[in-house]
Amino acid sequence: MNATTFLVQCLNAVQYGLLLFLVASGLTLIFGAMNIINLAHGSFYMVGAYMAYALAPWVGLYLGGGFFTTLLVGLLLSIALGYLLEWAFFSLLYEREHLQQVLMTYGLILIFEELRSILVGDDVHGVQMPDWLAGTIPLGSLMTYPVYRLFISAVCLLVALGMYLVLSRTRLGMAVRAGSVNREMTQSLGVNIDLLYRVVFAAGVALAVLAGMIAAPVSSVYPGMGNQVLIICFVVVVIGGIGSVRGAFVAALLVGLVDTFGKVFFQEAAGVLVYLMMAAILLWKPEGLFRQG
Amino acid sequence: MPIFARQGFAALLVVAVLAAFPLVGGKYEIDLIAKILVLAIFALSLELLVGQTGLVSFGHAAFFGLGAYTTALLLQDPDPRSFWLVLITAMLVAGLYALPVAALSLRTRGVYFIMVTLAFAQLVYYVFHDTKIAKGSDGIYLTGVPELSFAGWIPFDVTKSLPFYYVVLGLLCLVYAFLTTLGQSRFGRALAGIRLNEQRMRAAGFATYPYKIAAFVIAAMLAGLAGFLKATKDGYVNPEMLAWHESGAVLLMIILGGLGKLRGAVIGAFAFVLLQELFKSDAVFGEFAKRWQLLLGFTIIACVLLLPHGLVGLPARLRRRERENG
Repeated sequence: MNATTFLVQCLNAVQYGLLLFLVASGLTLIFGAMNIINLAHGSFYMVGAYMAYALAPWVGLYLGGGFFTTLLVGLLLSIALGYLLEWAFFSLLYEREHLQQVLMTYGLILIFEELRSILVGDDVHGVQMPDWLAGTIPLGSLMTYPVYRLFISAVCLLVALGMYLVLSRTRLGMAVRAGSVNREMTQSLGVNIDLLYRVVFAAGVALAVLAGMIAAPVSSVYPGMGNQVLIICFVVVVIGGIGSVRGAFVAALLVGLVDTFGKVFFQEAAGVLVYLMMAAILLWKPEGLFRQG
Repeated sequence: MPIFARQGFAALLVVAVLAAFPLVGGKYEIDLIAKILVLAIFALSLELLVGQTGLVSFGHAAFFGLGAYTTALLLQDPDPRSFWLVLITAMLVAGLYALPVAALSLRTRGVYFIMVTLAFAQLVYYVFHDTKIAKGSDGIYLTGVPELSFAGWIPFDVTKSLPFYYVVLGLLCLVYAFLTTLGQSRFGRALAGIRLNEQRMRAAGFATYPYKIAAFVIAAMLAGLAGFLKATKDGYVNPEMLAWHESGAVLLMIILGGLGKLRGAVIGAFAFVLLQELFKSDAVFGEFAKRWQLLLGFTIIACVLLLPHGLVGLPARLRRRERENG
């Protein structure tokens, strides 16, 4: 492997890892702040990808089109969806055991999959990327690298930075962190915990939807895409330490690297490697790399 | 009647009804019930872990699938092989894989345990999915059949619907009786103690780690038995049997039935498969039957919301309501 191929693979690994982080950060936030295991989180990723596919013609017709307009409409819809779901469904889960949460959110996956099938059908669809991102840039003398993948990485990095700033520097972030440590105490200090949960949940959904939307042009949209991402995101969350956003970031990059280079070096064993790494890390640190609290 | 005798009587009644069922059911119904009975064995094996010992494994399908794949790989020649030989090998392979998995994953607990067991199951999934050991993602057909013989006498072909039904029913009764006895033994009491308060069990002088490993391996071997039966029945095995959906579905069965009671696992297997059949049936739901997952999803959610102790807890709940009203 020469230096340029290595660089390409590194860029791919980082892009995949960052995208995983976007989905996993919502999962870990919801787990850390609200103590809910949400199996349906992968469905939000799927919803995002299908939004990118289904909204584009609609936005083109009524809002004059444009990639960012579609993203924005999708994000607004996803926040509304998250807010509504928390109010109608997830608020029922707080008092329940983890096992029951697993079961109920599993039911939710079935519902989302079937609704997707009713609304959009079961075909695989490609999603157009905007022209100005469709090009490639030269790497060395022989290789090129698609601009759109760099764009994905950039968006993810921006979101990660934004999350870091919000969580560590704002009152809202302080309330989220406090709420995840001690719910009653935070409530008695005057934080409206119900509203806080709703906001955190909506943000988690929006992150997964954003990930799905920007990934759609690269991955295309297909049935069952949410489940695939869900399991790998759980791996990320567990390796990073449940509830830790920083942990999720490090773990997502690790998973991205191991998966990408695994596919290069050991084609047949690529699927296994990530799980082997997870097992090894958990044996070394049974509660993840960055344990909270 | 003392409660113990009453339960024994109820169990006998259920077995009698199941044994008599082929007299009234057609081939389709017999196959369906046989499928449920296989899943009931699978669910019982997980119940030993989750319900009795309090260890929530999200990777139990690995052992089910390993049992099935062992069966398929042993039956690649057209010559028949001994039923018992294949059965025992399938159980042993599942148990052998369970040993290191248990030793490693039992060092973690709670949500982490759930995820580590999932990881080890995914590992097996990818081994069978990505490598050519057993034709990869296409799955593999059984070319031979297991042959059930008693000292050279072959009473029937096990792969036929009716004999298979009774063999499975017999094995289910055996597994149920075994788990009941286990639950009342010193070992079973220790597992219950671990579920309730592991710290206290350790303080009482029990080395809880080996107990948990033993429970995990026994559960895996019973899952391997179920996998063997599934492969024998279908004549075909594919990696989806090892996938996390399968682990999720069997967890669903025991929770739906009610955790902590062995009969909950059996009731859950029946409820889960029959609900699926009901929602898939054109006769009841017409065009909507194609959308059965939607109904199943809502039903699962409603069940958990309204029946926190599963279907087993339903009579007690109704009695309580009656008392409150009357």
